Amino acid sequence: MYEHDVIVVGAGGAGLRAAIAAQEAGADVAMVSKLHPVRSHTGAAEGGINAALRDADSWEDHAYDTMKGSDYLGDAPAVEALCKESPEEVIRLEHWGMPFSREDDGRVSQRPFGGLSFPRTTYAGAETGHQMLHTMYEQVVKRGITVYDEWHVMDLAVTDEDDPADRTCHGVVGYDIQTGEVSGFRANNGVILATGGMGQVFDHTTNAVANTGDGVAMAYRAGVPMEDMEFIQFHPTTLPSTGVLISEGVRGEGGILYNSEGERFMFEHGYANNDGELASRDVVSRAELTEVNEGRGIEDEYVHLDMRHLGEERILDRLENILHLAEDFEGADGLTEPMPVKPGQHYAMGGIETNEHGETVIDGLYAAGECACASVHGANRLGGNALPELIVFGKRAGRHAAGEDMGEAEIETGRSGEWEPADYEFEVEVGETGGRGPAAADGGAVATDADGVLAAAVDRASERVETLLARSGRNHAEIRSKVQKTMTDNVNVFREEPGLKETLFDLREAREEYKDVAVSDPSRTFNTDLIHTMETRNILDIAEALTMGALARREFRGAHWRKENQIRDDENWLKHTLVSWNDGEPELWYKPVILEGENKVYEPKNRSY
Amino acid sequence: MSTQIPQQTDESGETETEPEAASKGEERRAEKRRRAAQERERRQAEEAEKAAADEETVELKVFRYDPEIEGKQEPRFDTFHVPFTKGMTVLDALMYSRDTYDSSLTFRHSCRQAVCGSDAMFVNGGQKLACKTQISDLEQPVRVEPLPHADVRKDLVVDMEHFYEQMEAVEPYFQTNEYPDGELEEQRQTRENREKVKMSTRCIWCSACMSSCNIAAGDNEYLGPAAINKAYRFAMDEREGEEIKQKRLEIIEQEHGVWRCQTQFSCTEVCPKDIPLTEHIQELKREAVKNNLKFW
Ligand SMILES: Cc1cc2nc3c(=O)[nH]c(=O)nc-3n(C[C@H](O)[C@H](O)[C@H](O)COP(=O)(O)OP(=O)(O)OC[C@H]3O[C@@H](n4cnc5c(N)ncnc54)[C@H](O)[C@@H]3O)c2cc1C
Ligand code: SF4
Ligand code: FES
Repeated sequence: MYEHDVIVVGAGGAGLRAAIAAQEAGADVAMVSKLHPVRSHTGAAEGGINAALRDADSWEDHAYDTMKGSDYLGDAPAVEALCKESPEEVIRLEHWGMPFSREDDGRVSQRPFGGLSFPRTTYAGAETGHQMLHTMYEQVVKRGITVYDEWHVMDLAVTDEDDPADRTCHGVVGYDIQTGEVSGFRANNGVILATGGMGQVFDHTTNAVANTGDGVAMAYRAGVPMEDMEFIQFHPTTLPSTGVLISEGVRGEGGILYNSEGERFMFEHGYANNDGELASRDVVSRAELTEVNEGRGIEDEYVHLDMRHLGEERILDRLENILHLAEDFEGADGLTEPMPVKPGQHYAMGGIETNEHGETVIDGLYAAGECACASVHGANRLGGNALPELIVFGKRAGRHAAGEDMGEAEIETGRSGEWEPADYEFEVEVGETGGRGPAAADGGAVATDADGVLAAAVDRASERVETLLARSGRNHAEIRSKVQKTMTDNVNVFREEPGLKETLFDLREAREEYKDVAVSDPSRTFNTDLIHTMETRNILDIAEALTMGALARREFRGAHWRKENQIRDDENWLKHTLVSWNDGEPELWYKPVILEGENKVYEPKNRSY
Repeated sequence: MSTQIPQQTDESGETETEPEAASKGEERRAEKRRRAAQERERRQAEEAEKAAADEETVELKVFRYDPEIEGKQEPRFDTFHVPFTKGMTVLDALMYSRDTYDSSLTFRHSCRQAVCGSDAMFVNGGQKLACKTQISDLEQPVRVEPLPHADVRKDLVVDMEHFYEQMEAVEPYFQTNEYPDGELEEQRQTRENREKVKMSTRCIWCSACMSSCNIAAGDNEYLGPAAINKAYRFAMDEREGEEIKQKRLEIIEQEHGVWRCQTQFSCTEVCPKDIPLTEHIQELKREAVKNNLKFW
């Protein structure tokens, strides 16, 4: 058993920032991460980080763009916190030595990005995330913060009360990948989940193989609702064979999209007459797929992204990394030919429900970064808005968990405020997965003190590992690919009712199969078979919540397009979707969106670019 | 050192289980192991047969070792036949082998786009990132081994602790005495200076360079190319100022620092991020000499 004031789960951008903030606020912090920090997926971010740094720009404009980009599903208090605090946070990174690209006068460079009314995307070449991740890890080393790397967190240690709002989180259970040891990590002040994205729910994704949504699923099983899960961002420019991302920076610098007939379709087919290639991501993704579906795609699959006209010098200066990616992963030379691109899963707007301080409904449990949903991105995230989210909300969660007073939160969590039950009948029964039952402390002796809760959680986890290793049964890989396939077939950029229902059936089947899952590698040393098996359970839970939300939401908003309902329906659907895990099965409900900001109300307008 | 790896508690690594249950579990696991091994052999034989009939198959010879598992304690090579697809990388082939034939096949990987640095391996006798290496560029059979000069934990996974320690030994964090006045004011950096450090900041800590270096292999305390490159990244950054640069030069000038490098260029050859490592080491040597002359 290990003990610290604050335990941060995950060591990507959000986790590192949270750990630094908690340490600065005086806490003894430890990070527990299944990957060594510098291997986290934040390192893959390319394009840049938004912050209103210039006199001609303002945080208010950034907030307005973000609310509009979110298709009015962002919560204003969170959006305003993001936009107000990101300039200071970006400059802090610069003070920590982050090698940003520079202007002639030595200031950090900014470039235009989709959906922004000012070129406020600050960047470090086309490797912004790599530089940010390493810069923050350097600060963690400098401060001597404890890092338990290659520890897979299996579960949260949460008290067993009926109402999630009465539960307390006392720590986590970790599995040491290198030795097979199962151990408790007690957090005296708080646990911060910063486990990143869930791209592995789909089979064509820009996300790392480790992005399996573990934190979201763990919080969900402990009683925290998943919020707005149906809103998945599909990035319009990923390489067709691998899903490797070609940054929006290419279009920001002037890259052009062509169909097989050589038409600049964003303009010529009227998808975005003002902003063309720089319309927001959902708009461009749909445009590309429409071109392919109407027979104007290349090899019936993709379109071309051309940057040759930018000239070698500019490409090498600002987009060099893109040249390498296109060459290494698709064999295309961006200097002499257009690059093939198609939409791919990229970002989860939804996640663990939190308020603007990173708090969840469970006492002592926080979340920040891509796994969290403070509701800054709503139905669609603007490019360059995830990286500032990591540092702003990582910092906020870290401080709060360390005990700093941050005032009353405006966003309510759980069912404490106004909410409405869903009126959707699911034809297929969704529910229980083999392994463990419903509530957090289910199965163990009911304990209320921290040590008891932790001990019970460790016992449960050890037993689960033991069972998976000892029995024979199905391999997780089969189940995982079944989930990925049905999600990609039906819960993609375009969605329609029959397909969504089919996916729920498939997922139900996959859940049944998962009850027999077993690990065939019996070793305790670096057993990745076991880790992947545990991750698959998380993928299942997330896929299901996502599909339920998508099926029930009969409108078109942001990234969520429905064939049957191609209009945004503010009257009925200007609200957040929540899925809670109750008594062994998921339950859907809704809560209102907060459009009222500090000085203004963000009235929903039609989104056109 | 901030990274902390607790020691394994006992031989089997089991904790908190009743002794009886443990031995039962052990029995069951032994039985499972036997069955899994049979199944593996059967599937591989089947695949080899298919391979003989089908030319579009890649033959992989993969190093296997597990300190815990009977039959794997003696290192061996397993052969996998993988159907070839366009654009297939070594990582793709390994993942296919694992998911199709033997789920105990173990290797690190995550981003599959050459940024996380976790899948450096020894492929056909050279240090490579598996995810960045196209099968079509390789001679067959493709031989995949763990990085040389590091302890093997299991199959293709090596112990990275020593590498991390060396990286952290050079005070790898920005230090400066001069902060701008305003909170929102940057420490300006010229384009030229940013250009100068640019390549050095691209390191993904894959450890390929360290593994390829003869000096590092012979001298366990040698900082190694990656750590020296990290020192270069800061020493050359104009924002840190002269005083701190001085301190940095002292670190890399220590007994097991830059002077050990014999300019064999093997690190530069293998670096997947094309960092001119040898050149950076040479430049630091020159800086150190200049710096010492100054004090004569
Ligand atoms: C290719 C790509 C390019 C992008 N480009 C941009 C961009 O230009 N601008 C922008 O704003 N955004 C961009 N994004 C989005 C942004 O990079 C991500 O949203 C963000 O980096 C996520 O950071 P994070 O800290 O939340 O998670 P991650 O960086 O993914 O870190 C997750 C951490 O959690 C750990 N973890 C996960 N599960 C467990 C577990 N069970 N136990 C222990 N540890 C666990 C992992 O080891 C890891 O350390 C991009 C995303 C991708 C995929
Ligand atoms: S310098 Fe190059 S080879 Fe060495 S660790 Fe860094 S990226 Fe890998
Ligand atoms: S998998 Fe990340 S570098 Fe290869």
